[in-house]
Amino acid sequence: MIASLKQKETWKRYLASLRFALYCITHPFDGFWDLTHEKRGTYAAANTILILTLIARIAKLRYTSFLFLTVYWEGINIFLYLASVLFPLLLWVVGNWALTTLFDGKGKLGQVYMGTCYALTPYPLMQFPLMIFSNFVTVDEREFYTVLSAISLIWALLLIIAAMNQIHEFNMGKNLLFTVFSLFAMLVMVFILMLFFSMISQGVAYFVSLGREIMFRL
Amino acid sequence: MKKIIQRVGVLTLGALILTGSSMTAFAQDRSYTYNYDYLEDVQDSPDTYSVSGTFTYMDFGLDTNFKNPEGLCVHDDLVYVCDSGNNRIVELKRTSKDKLELSRIIDSFQGEASLNTFSNPTDLAVSEAGEFYICDKGNGRILKLDQNLNYMMEFTKPDDSSLDSSLTFQPSKLVIDTAGRVYCTASGINKGLIKYEADGTFSGFVGATKASYNWTDYIWKRFATQEQRAKMVAFVPTEYDNVYMDYEGFIYACTSSADEDSLRSEDADAVRKLNLMGNDILVRNGNLPIYGDRYWGYGGGHDGPSQFTDVTTFDNDIYVCLDKNRGRLFGYDDQGRIVYIFGSNGNMEGYFNRAAALEHMDYDLLVLDSLDCSITLFVPTEFGSLIYQAIDEFDQGNYVKSGETWQKVMDIDGNYDLAYIGIGRSLLRQEKYHEAMKYFELKYDDENYSKAYKQYRKEWVEEHIVIIVIVILALFLIPLAIGKIKRLKHEIDTADIFKV
Repeated sequence: MIASLKQKETWKRYLASLRFALYCITHPFDGFWDLTHEKRGTYAAANTILILTLIARIAKLRYTSFLFLTVYWEGINIFLYLASVLFPLLLWVVGNWALTTLFDGKGKLGQVYMGTCYALTPYPLMQFPLMIFSNFVTVDEREFYTVLSAISLIWALLLIIAAMNQIHEFNMGKNLLFTVFSLFAMLVMVFILMLFFSMISQGVAYFVSLGREIMFRL
Repeated sequence: MKKIIQRVGVLTLGALILTGSSMTAFAQDRSYTYNYDYLEDVQDSPDTYSVSGTFTYMDFGLDTNFKNPEGLCVHDDLVYVCDSGNNRIVELKRTSKDKLELSRIIDSFQGEASLNTFSNPTDLAVSEAGEFYICDKGNGRILKLDQNLNYMMEFTKPDDSSLDSSLTFQPSKLVIDTAGRVYCTASGINKGLIKYEADGTFSGFVGATKASYNWTDYIWKRFATQEQRAKMVAFVPTEYDNVYMDYEGFIYACTSSADEDSLRSEDADAVRKLNLMGNDILVRNGNLPIYGDRYWGYGGGHDGPSQFTDVTTFDNDIYVCLDKNRGRLFGYDDQGRIVYIFGSNGNMEGYFNRAAALEHMDYDLLVLDSLDCSITLFVPTEFGSLIYQAIDEFDQGNYVKSGETWQKVMDIDGNYDLAYIGIGRSLLRQEKYHEAMKYFELKYDDENYSKAYKQYRKEWVEEHIVIIVIVILALFLIPLAIGKIKRLKHEIDTADIFKV
């Protein structure tokens, strides 16, 4: 692993796969097909894009002009803030894979993850420049920012749909259907997780109170 | 060994004292005066008003206590208290800064009226000429008396087909304009303010509020039976609780029964400023809607939103609203930003049990408590006076001076947002845009920041126009030049004459 890092080839492939993200976001259907089928994407690049997305999200808090974002610093937990991206991503990847694999989806778990991460590219790509741009505008020019910011999100969303389409080799109707189903799967998983945690905490509380009771009696 | 134990003991004791003292520091109550900052957090504030005196019937030498007094009116240095329960009006005179003295008791009048006494008088207004307009609620009329208390005329139930004929007319609050027109509220009438011409004819309703309902209630109502529906709250426009006419002739009207959901929306309707057409022209540029307290949690036996029961306006367009729910006064400036909040329910001086009416005398405030039967007189503190001074100076165009005064305000209270914005606005007027931006940014005032930034950006571009043009040209020319040189080099390399 470390030996391979020293080779120039590895770096070349990494950079090429990272640059391929730019091709993907402009030619989604062609790009996402090649991403997995032609093996032009790498996990390293996918992780890089995800990390850039997270950094963009955090940097936004600090460097966006206060005209657009009022940050209540006391109320910000950076780990929760990161989880607000990572947790839905995890649910989506697992939920989507688990569902599609039952219905002839060709994608593997890793491929779903890679595709989704590549589809996130517009977010850091647009949010970083927007962050700087926001400091040079007045309230009257606010619309530019809001529209561009919305575009970056909608673009990423459409890319995710396109990516799933190509990875699972679905037709568009089936793909949209399973996108909706995946969202439901995410909800179900959240529900089960909540159930699980509340059960665990109840269980723990039971033994804690039992222990306390015994200690009082002794 | 002993030493170590001793040291540990001393250390723990020290730690205990330290944590103990810091705990008491945190356990402190909110200060009497407070404010909401730009993040909508409560910020303690120095007092803007201090109690100059609390007056009861004994201070005036009256032999009977006030009974459920409801109305208060100030005319020059005279204060009129509508002692509603005793069917009389008490005229008080302010003789010095902290003194109110009995001037006379008005319980009857001369002239050819059907009845020459009052029944439950609730409000009163005095015209420039000294004529009295009295809401004689129990008798269903508004009386107009001349300054010697001779009957002149009366305004009675409006002759309007839209009013239920069985409804007894109970005028409760009124204002008069300079032309002698009367605007009044009456219990059970929610079509707005009743407007009479000077000759006593009814000329219509002014400034009705929109009927407020929330959609969950609406859906419930669709499924409810006839009997259930009758028991539900009807979707009706809210009634005004009180009115005040400012020095420009605009009517400030407040309501305490506004729906919670409509209050939470941006254009909260707890206070309205009505022009002659009855349209609401109140400016709402503050961080918070104009509804009083931001947090409505339960505390001290009270919960829910603030209930504005009276409003009064100073000559610098600052208006103060009286919340009967928590016994607080809310000062707002002409932009709808909170200037100060003070007061509370309780039995101490400066606290109320059932705050009923509010009036001002210059910058002093008078609050009538209908349960305590007392009048509390507030005078501005140094801090409060400085705020007013800074606002007045700005309005008069003394921007430099206003900035200096705001600086003094900031020296007293560094958490006072309006001081930062005031300094910023003063700097903006002095065309020091960059400094102004810093002050606005500190308090997240986006409108003013944008104003300053726009000018600053313009100035910056004008100053650096040469560099900007050079950079733009360079961006175009350098690639062009590089291309040309490359081509030239290529030509030279491939030229025939160099071939050997």
